[in-house]
Amino acid sequence: MIKKVRPHQTQNEPLIFERSSPGKFGYQLPELDVPVVDPQTALGAANVRTEIPHFPEVSEVDVIRHYTRLSTWNYAIDLGLYPLGSCTMKYNPRVNEFVARLDGIAWAHPYQPQQLAQGALRIQHDLEMYLAEITGMDAVTLQPAAGAHGELTGILMIRAYLEAQGDARKTVLIPDSAHGTNPATAAMAGYEVKEIPSNARGLIDFAALEAAVDDSTAALMMTNPNTVGIFEEDIAKVAELLHSRGAQLYMDGANMNALVGWARPGDFGVDVMHLNLHKTFSTPHGGGGPGAGPVAVKEHLTPHLPLPRVVKDGETYTAITQAAGSIGRVRAFYGNFGVLVRALAYTLAHGGNGLKNATLDAVLNANYIRKGIEDLYHLPYESPAMHEVVFSDQRQTKQGIKTGDIAKRLIDYGFHPYTVSFPLIVHGALMIEPTETESRQELDLFIDAMRSIAAEAEADPELVRGAPHSTRTSRVNETQAARNPIVKWEPPASQ
Amino acid sequence: MLRSLGHSAPEGLFAHLPPESRLNRPLDIPDGISEYEIIDYFKARAAEGAVDYASFLGAGSYRHFRPVVVDSLVTRGEFLTSYTPYQAEISQGVLTAIFEFQTMVAQLTGMDVANASMYDGSTATPEAAMMAMRITRRDKLLVAGSLHPEYNEVLDTYLKHLEAPRQQVKYDRESGQLDLADLESQLDDQTAALIVQSPNFFGIIEQIDEIAERVHRHGALLIVMFTESVAMGIVKPPTAADIVAGELQSFAHPPSFGGPSCGVLAAKGKFIRQMPGRLAGETVDADGRRAFCLTLSTREQYIRRAKATSNICTNQALVALMGTIYMTVFGKAGLRELAEQNIAKARYLESVLRDKGAKLEFTGPYFNEFVVRPMQGAAADVNKRALAKNVVGGFELSGPLEGAMLVCATEMNRREEMDRFAEAF
Repeated sequence: MIKKVRPHQTQNEPLIFERSSPGKFGYQLPELDVPVVDPQTALGAANVRTEIPHFPEVSEVDVIRHYTRLSTWNYAIDLGLYPLGSCTMKYNPRVNEFVARLDGIAWAHPYQPQQLAQGALRIQHDLEMYLAEITGMDAVTLQPAAGAHGELTGILMIRAYLEAQGDARKTVLIPDSAHGTNPATAAMAGYEVKEIPSNARGLIDFAALEAAVDDSTAALMMTNPNTVGIFEEDIAKVAELLHSRGAQLYMDGANMNALVGWARPGDFGVDVMHLNLHKTFSTPHGGGGPGAGPVAVKEHLTPHLPLPRVVKDGETYTAITQAAGSIGRVRAFYGNFGVLVRALAYTLAHGGNGLKNATLDAVLNANYIRKGIEDLYHLPYESPAMHEVVFSDQRQTKQGIKTGDIAKRLIDYGFHPYTVSFPLIVHGALMIEPTETESRQELDLFIDAMRSIAAEAEADPELVRGAPHSTRTSRVNETQAARNPIVKWEPPASQ
Repeated sequence: MLRSLGHSAPEGLFAHLPPESRLNRPLDIPDGISEYEIIDYFKARAAEGAVDYASFLGAGSYRHFRPVVVDSLVTRGEFLTSYTPYQAEISQGVLTAIFEFQTMVAQLTGMDVANASMYDGSTATPEAAMMAMRITRRDKLLVAGSLHPEYNEVLDTYLKHLEAPRQQVKYDRESGQLDLADLESQLDDQTAALIVQSPNFFGIIEQIDEIAERVHRHGALLIVMFTESVAMGIVKPPTAADIVAGELQSFAHPPSFGGPSCGVLAAKGKFIRQMPGRLAGETVDADGRRAFCLTLSTREQYIRRAKATSNICTNQALVALMGTIYMTVFGKAGLRELAEQNIAKARYLESVLRDKGAKLEFTGPYFNEFVVRPMQGAAADVNKRALAKNVVGGFELSGPLEGAMLVCATEMNRREEMDRFAEAF
């Protein structure tokens, strides 16, 4: 039985271009307090455009109604559990939004004199210190704009470090359970990718790794806990093996929400790692970004950190823009500063103990879900789960029901789906991460929904296969979109 | 809940971690503080900034008025707290908005297709360069000497290990525009692309058609980059370009110390499969109704892994939404009037600085930024005097332009502020 939702009306709404009428407008500008200038004279006639063809012409109320209506077609963490594994969809505290919009912060210009930017520099310095303590690393850069950008920064630092020793090496090793960004990053940094298989327990196959590491190995990129939600228990041994061959250990920190306050990558041999502030540190995902992907490193990599570097001297904060050995800038200015502000607010609100408790709740919630449905869904790995748990659709496929079908049916029950068909090492994966945000009531509703869908898969597989049934948009034809790409609106031929 | 899982204490959930990997002490981070104290901390940091100063800084980060409705809409939880719209059936709101964003960026830039956003302009630029290298299967890049210097550094970081030859094309010392003869002399059949910024770092509009004709004659691609999107309201779009990379921060995001902002990447339609980043596309649902979803994802890292067009995953969706709403609010007439106001303000600033004997460094047509040299003393001296009048002056230049500064006037600079700044010259 569906307990969490019942249908309500949503407004139809055309595209903004279809709402547009010539001559309508919703903006206001003050009267010019300086002489009017003819653009043709100022720029030269050849440089002036006639108009922006088919650009919107609507009133302010049109704008409000249009985007408000659109917003109601979205699911959101503000509406309930968002169990996307590896994505860490946790509550986004509103005080973080408030402080990021304070005038002296939001309107700070990256080139204003540093004596008038002490607050902005201190925010970065304070956050760097906290992140170094949380990760057990020696230094942090806040420059990267997202996780994948952090990966590129980290791998370029490894390249610079190895180059300084005489050989950048050729290969980056990546477990087959890794996020797609890892191999894509290694390729962008000019490395060949060699895949390392996982063993029957979902962990990195140490023997295979041992056989693969040689003098051409620059680094191993691994996620810990890995994408199956399991802590890599051989991690210290892995680090030792790599270091003995002069290679580096990169950790993808996408799953750091499982470790904060309980274990530190710096203590188990990691040389460089990134964090996703839009995951572990609660900054909003905003429909796909912005994020921030700070990179933390051990001492030996600090000369290669990107620029600028914020340093504290007495009570004064300074941004250093030149340093021999640095990989250079990875982004203009100071990274996604507004995201850093929000992450620092989250850290200050929790404090050391609060962060540790949040991790505990996240792991507890994942294990509670696991226990609640493990009799109905196939659990490919028995190893203890951390902040997320991965099932497969093995039992449901007997009725022709795949993970994607179960996911779409969850929508009818009022939940966003879990992560579908990832990690790739689990065929038909259901990857579930509840985060610490969720109450027992919400988890029980989710467990109840999953159990109910398992029963439906037996009794009425068509019902599941045709889902979702209650959304304003039924199952979307993604194949057609790719076959005949239409990626912008075109005016009707008559115009 | 713990007991139902067979644990008597929280530590039980972490007991399987190898002992040497566990942290056996509390984190050295102070105890949590209340909302009131958090606001206090950030108000104190904000007060250490340049509050209540007039500012003439631009140089890639611009101050423009933000209509109130932008924040009213983007702080709706359904936009703020949703994930990347992989599950199309419950993400039609954000997907529709991305489709509108792509359309408006294409209309604005004169390109056929635009993606859902990049991190910022400085990272969109090397992505555009790598895209051009894939398309042409050539590896030499020409870069205009009038590109934003920090963008140039980012380009360096992204590309130096590829050992792709990169050469700088001079700007004409008089006009501030790209030196066409120097361009001509450096183009050859190994050239993948020319990267040129317009308006360039000095605020000057480039001769895109003349440049494109030369670049295309050698089978290379033209990448046009911009940092000041407000210029697009009036300046002829770079339709002769093959790829347009840029920065949309001016459209509704405050400078925020340089980020977040919103990178854009647009291109000719035939290059769509070489584009990095997300794309929303139109399709239908099971009942035949118009619907949108992310598409052509075989370009992307989560499908193609090491062979993807880029490693980008998270982008700047919410800032792109701000930009979409901003473009909608201003619309066809508003963006033009806004651009005209910027032109007028900058011309007024120019006139009062000239009155004080300052000289413009370049003769080329500029939009809302220009390089100016004080009659006496250096830019740094002027800026120091300006600070005493609660004015943050211009961006101090170095190298051959040492002593001059890049100043920017937008619709937010009042006449009185410009007069006050002029007094410092």
